[in-house]
Amino acid sequence: MSDLFWILISAMVVNNFTLALFLGLCPFMGVSARVATALRMGAANIFVMVITSLTAWVLNTFVLTYAPYLRLISFIVVIASLVQIVEMTIKKLSPTLFRELGIFLPLITTNCAILGLAIFQTNRGYGLLEGLAFAVGAGLGLALALVLMASIRQQTELSDLPGLARNMGLVLIVAASLSMAFMGFAGLLSS
Amino acid sequence: MKSATTAQYDLIRGIWRENPVLIHLLGLCPALAVTNTVANSLAMGLATFFVLMGSSLLVSTFKRFIPHEVRISAYILIIATFVTIADLVLAAVVPEIHKALGAFIALIVVNCMILGRQEAFASKRPVSRAALDATGTGIGFLIAMLMMGSVRELLGNGTLLGYSVFGAGFEPWIIMILPPGGFLTLGVFLLAMGWWRGRTEGAQARVRRWPHGVATRRAA
Amino acid sequence: MTIRGAPAWRLVTTLAAAGGMAGLLIVVVFEWAEPRIEAHRAAVLAAAIDNVLASPAHYDTLYVVDGALRETPPEGVLERDLERVFLGYDESDVPVGFAVTGGEPGYQDIIQLIFGYDPGSGEVVGMEVLESKETPGLGDKIEKDAEFVAEFDGVQTPLVGVKQGAGQGDPSEVDMITGATISSRTVIAIINNRLEELGPLLDTYPATVKR
Repeated sequence: MSDLFWILISAMVVNNFTLALFLGLCPFMGVSARVATALRMGAANIFVMVITSLTAWVLNTFVLTYAPYLRLISFIVVIASLVQIVEMTIKKLSPTLFRELGIFLPLITTNCAILGLAIFQTNRGYGLLEGLAFAVGAGLGLALALVLMASIRQQTELSDLPGLARNMGLVLIVAASLSMAFMGFAGLLSS
Repeated sequence: MKSATTAQYDLIRGIWRENPVLIHLLGLCPALAVTNTVANSLAMGLATFFVLMGSSLLVSTFKRFIPHEVRISAYILIIATFVTIADLVLAAVVPEIHKALGAFIALIVVNCMILGRQEAFASKRPVSRAALDATGTGIGFLIAMLMMGSVRELLGNGTLLGYSVFGAGFEPWIIMILPPGGFLTLGVFLLAMGWWRGRTEGAQARVRRWPHGVATRRAA
Repeated sequence: MTIRGAPAWRLVTTLAAAGGMAGLLIVVVFEWAEPRIEAHRAAVLAAAIDNVLASPAHYDTLYVVDGALRETPPEGVLERDLERVFLGYDESDVPVGFAVTGGEPGYQDIIQLIFGYDPGSGEVVGMEVLESKETPGLGDKIEKDAEFVAEFDGVQTPLVGVKQGAGQGDPSEVDMITGATISSRTVIAIINNRLEELGPLLDTYPATVKR
């Protein structure tokens, strides 16, 4: 099995960013009430992750070799500004696309899944292609978790819940079950 | 600027009434990811405390010099500096714990709790109040981390801080130290708090409706 | 209160000043921390080599460059980008074996390990897991189960994994852990694959052949 494929599937389901690594919990809790919103959030996330992966690779290869201690600061600053530039470009070029995804972009930038992606990619020493596979896998995994959660929450909306479960407690218990289900993917890719 | 709240309230607010994790659900990422043992929770709580305190002091000191338009960038820069320092110091002094926490130390940067306190409090109040607020919020976060960590380590490994509690006959609930255990523990905490709040609110509503009735029944 | 409506140069200077201070502070801490972090990293590696080669007197670092082992890294290449193996010697400067690192996907995530290999006898002489996220209580036995780890002390290569108790007494057999078959199999595969890759190099390395 090729390395790239393994990285993609591993980031997507076996070590799902949200359900196994607890990254990107803010959108997971906040934007998972409706499936339609969750889908768009997921798509925007994949997009930002790919940009992040490219940025992190460029920084790691050409800049940070000489100043590794500035990694965190430069990741944050560069990724945040780049996403903002992309946001403005999309707004200019395709207002329709911007209406669909644009409002999520600033939200995503300050999300730990994005920074986490850059840091994990660095720690594991991924190259350009590996990084891209990792980003796409992680993005798909986040989108999958979001959509699953949103579908379940839409169902529970119509159920008669006891009063104590009306806060986020219920969402967390559902997340626990989903996380447990995703543990079943472990071992999927070993020889 | 005159403070709207008393110094004492600034200190204790974050500890329980406005606990960042349990009430506001901020900083969930570290609260779930590294609380599989008490030692990790403690290290993470202290590192976050350090970053929060350092950033609050600095932001509060320099608030006059930071233009409104670039304030968020400046806050993030300050926070990222303290996180990098915490990361380096932990790696140099306690390498084992640094390895266990891994990337999650760097991820303190995106803990919304810290940025939130800068924007909502430290940038508007005197240094002394900012320090009190950071202490309260930091302790509140630490308490939440330790609550999660002790429940998960106790059930998942039968130990507390590495010392055996239940003895050798205990079959550990391994799921508790795995990812689902994190969601489950916090979920049960929140459900318990929802239940407790429902009870107290229900009791208060009854008192409002029949103040005498409740009192007489109590007396009887 | 923060200032509103400041001119652009104010914004830029503020951020530049903050950035400069941040950089300065970080560099100071980094200068203090770096030697300690490096020392710890070296100590961990030395301890692992010590463990898998049964306490050699000292060891050399060799670099795998273009299908050959070299004692010095080539010019212009960063040391951490190179593949390294470690050659241990006993008190009388006789090579005792190589320590080789390797990693492959296990049950949950990549398993990283180091193992000792004696080209003279073609045996693996020790194994230590450096990093794994295998399931606690099951898969993590590959590092915590002393019996399993001891299996790798003196076993003929290429290794063959067998079920607990199903072995024929062959010198290349390793008993796999019940309930952690995938993790055990991965450990064996990592060692076999690494030796398939590097074995010819290690077996023909002058310092070891001399013996």
